[in-house]
Amino acid sequence: MSITVQIPSALRRLTGGAPHLTCEAANLHELFAALDGKFPDLKSHLRDEAGEVRRFLNIYVNEEDIRFLGGASYAFQEGDEVLLVPSIAGGRDR
Amino acid sequence: MTTSTYQLRCRECGKTFDNQPRSVCECFSPLEVTYDYDSLKKNVSRELFASRAENIWRYRELLPLPPGFTPSLPVGFTPLVSAPRLGEKIGSRGLHIKNDAVCLPTLSFKDRVVAVALANARGFGFETVACSSTGNLANAVAAQAARDGFKAWVFIPADLEPAKILGTHVFGAEVVRINGSYDHVNRLCSQIADEHNWGFVNVNLRPYYAEGSKTVGYEIAEQLGWRLPDNVVVPMAGGSLITKIKKAFDELILLGLVEPKQVRFFGAQASGCSPISTAIKQYSSEIEPQRPKTIARSLAIGNPADGHYAIKAITKSGGWSEDISDPEVVNSIQLLAQTEGIFTETAGGVTVGVARKLIQQDRILPDETTVLCITGNGLKTTDVLADKFQADKPIAAKLSEFEAYLAAKNTDLPAAVA
Repeated sequence: MSITVQIPSALRRLTGGAPHLTCEAANLHELFAALDGKFPDLKSHLRDEAGEVRRFLNIYVNEEDIRFLGGASYAFQEGDEVLLVPSIAGGRDR
Repeated sequence: MTTSTYQLRCRECGKTFDNQPRSVCECFSPLEVTYDYDSLKKNVSRELFASRAENIWRYRELLPLPPGFTPSLPVGFTPLVSAPRLGEKIGSRGLHIKNDAVCLPTLSFKDRVVAVALANARGFGFETVACSSTGNLANAVAAQAARDGFKAWVFIPADLEPAKILGTHVFGAEVVRINGSYDHVNRLCSQIADEHNWGFVNVNLRPYYAEGSKTVGYEIAEQLGWRLPDNVVVPMAGGSLITKIKKAFDELILLGLVEPKQVRFFGAQASGCSPISTAIKQYSSEIEPQRPKTIARSLAIGNPADGHYAIKAITKSGGWSEDISDPEVVNSIQLLAQTEGIFTETAGGVTVGVARKLIQQDRILPDETTVLCITGNGLKTTDVLADKFQADKPIAAKLSEFEAYLAAKNTDLPAAVA
């Protein structure tokens, strides 16, 4: 399943400046695995030591909070757009 | 104006940052403003604060204000009134109302946070300020931006109360209505803030903005004669206000301005949007987001940014949280108006109704000093009362007609009311 992930500006320094990327993933677990493979430095920003999604990170699929779609059990659809957004967003480095 | 020394600090990992328009740490956790309390201790006193004009700026040392800042508006220092008639109805002999329904300039507590946010927007050199809002913040940003010469962009859910939309347009702000709930608006704003160099008061300026809420706490303490109440009941949307009133009380204790006391914090929500009270009632420290469905639209945030910290503040204080139905919200608006002459919006109805419930549950006791935080004005949400009062048929300007009208009224109504 090919999906697009939008990277917030606060984390773009960890993705070589890339604002988004396209990857293959069937669910959230596979998405994290794909991100870990591509951007190893990103990992600790998205999940805590126990492997859970960080408390202050919200994940949206096509503008809906993934928790309303079943969270980790949600099966991505072809062309889904995933947003990673800090729950209190903002942090444009000036 | 003199300033205190302050900086940003991560609430989770403790990393500090120089002052900048930024709300999240590299670890994604929220930042907050922290102060050099040792030096503040030498510079502040009850007498100093009391000697100044009655507005939030009298506590200027305890706020993050950039060097050279000069206030343009006398915000805050709203009345704290005892509420014996309401107290009699709901079972409290020590009830007080902190009445931010009359906060200047736009009749809600959001004037406090915006005043501090715009001070920092100016300090950081922004020309445009913005916000995502459930209404009151929109009004406050629009008005104060006009007063201070900023351009303003305001993002709101499309179905907001007409009075709150009009009360934003009138100040010349750009108003963008979004199809969706506040949570959709907020998520969009976080993306906009990434792309545009604007001072979003509740996004990149959030740590500074949120400090403005502390002034509610300072004022309550000062107006009670520099002592702390036993209980505070606070409406919760994003959950920030309740944590900041707690921070204010903690600071006053730390600075030796009040006697130490464990104040119990009680959070109020509408049942149709109650992610924080639900978590507390389930003894959970984590928020499960909800899709809001309530007339209390100023509290309709299903994924509260400070929910986690609100839960912590409430449970650590020995407090609790409750929620009430929409009909109870409307009844409570009327109850406050008819007992104390204070007309509050839906959020205030939530606070009064929840206070009543907490007293019934014996979580708040009759002889304790209890402060209800009324945060907004009823004139902004008159739509919820539209079917509550029927206008009588008009009568001619004749005494005989009035006497007939009165006689009819006396027949219709029970003697006690007539």
